[in-house]
Amino acid sequence: MKVTVRYFGAIAEKVGKTEEELDLSTIGSDFQDLKEHCLSTYQITDDGTLQIAINQELGLKRPLKEGDEVAFLPPFAGG
Amino acid sequence: MSEKKKPKKVFQQGPISPEKIATSIANHQSKTNIGAHSIFLGQVRADEIDGKTVQAIDYSAYEEMAEKEFYNIREAAFEKFDLTCMHIYHSLGPVKAGEICLFVFTSSANRKAATDACSYLVEEIKAKVPIFGKEVFEDETHQWKVNI
Repeated sequence: MKVTVRYFGAIAEKVGKTEEELDLSTIGSDFQDLKEHCLSTYQITDDGTLQIAINQELGLKRPLKEGDEVAFLPPFAGG
Repeated sequence: MSEKKKPKKVFQQGPISPEKIATSIANHQSKTNIGAHSIFLGQVRADEIDGKTVQAIDYSAYEEMAEKEFYNIREAAFEKFDLTCMHIYHSLGPVKAGEICLFVFTSSANRKAATDACSYLVEEIKAKVPIFGKEVFEDETHQWKVNI
């Protein structure tokens, strides 16, 4: 099962890419598994400001499905 | 006439020109049911941080999500306030210090709805829309902006 993971702002800079496709068969399909996998792979520290959107929606903590888009979002800075 | 159902393009590349703002105001002169406009302009500040001065902010966004959030914020504002129309524009890409990066324009029959809605929109945009800003210093180093 594959999902698309997107990175933005300071996180994209740290990760060194803006997007990748990950196969969850080795990571686990739980939202938390993917989060921990990415934080540990790219040595991202979550200081409490990291937000994660699933299919452009914040606050979801459900198991992931094939084709989901998961986005790692640093603090917003519009305006 | 309410404009709330029209899809709106919020993002534009680069700074928002004073001419665009002037034209937008002029375009409302035919809407004679409007009695009050309120305008917010966000301008890039040349902050000095650790002895270095910000020369520009390079904006990026999770555009697909941002468009949805802008839509939701607009709809909520039309529900909450008695508005005739509203316009929101935000920059993407580099905007130099002193240039405009956000233009929020609300219009109503009376001033309270226009000013309250304008303030509401600015706060909602800053809190809910996934826009990111890289503050670029004169020596080309940078740091990431965080809204406070």
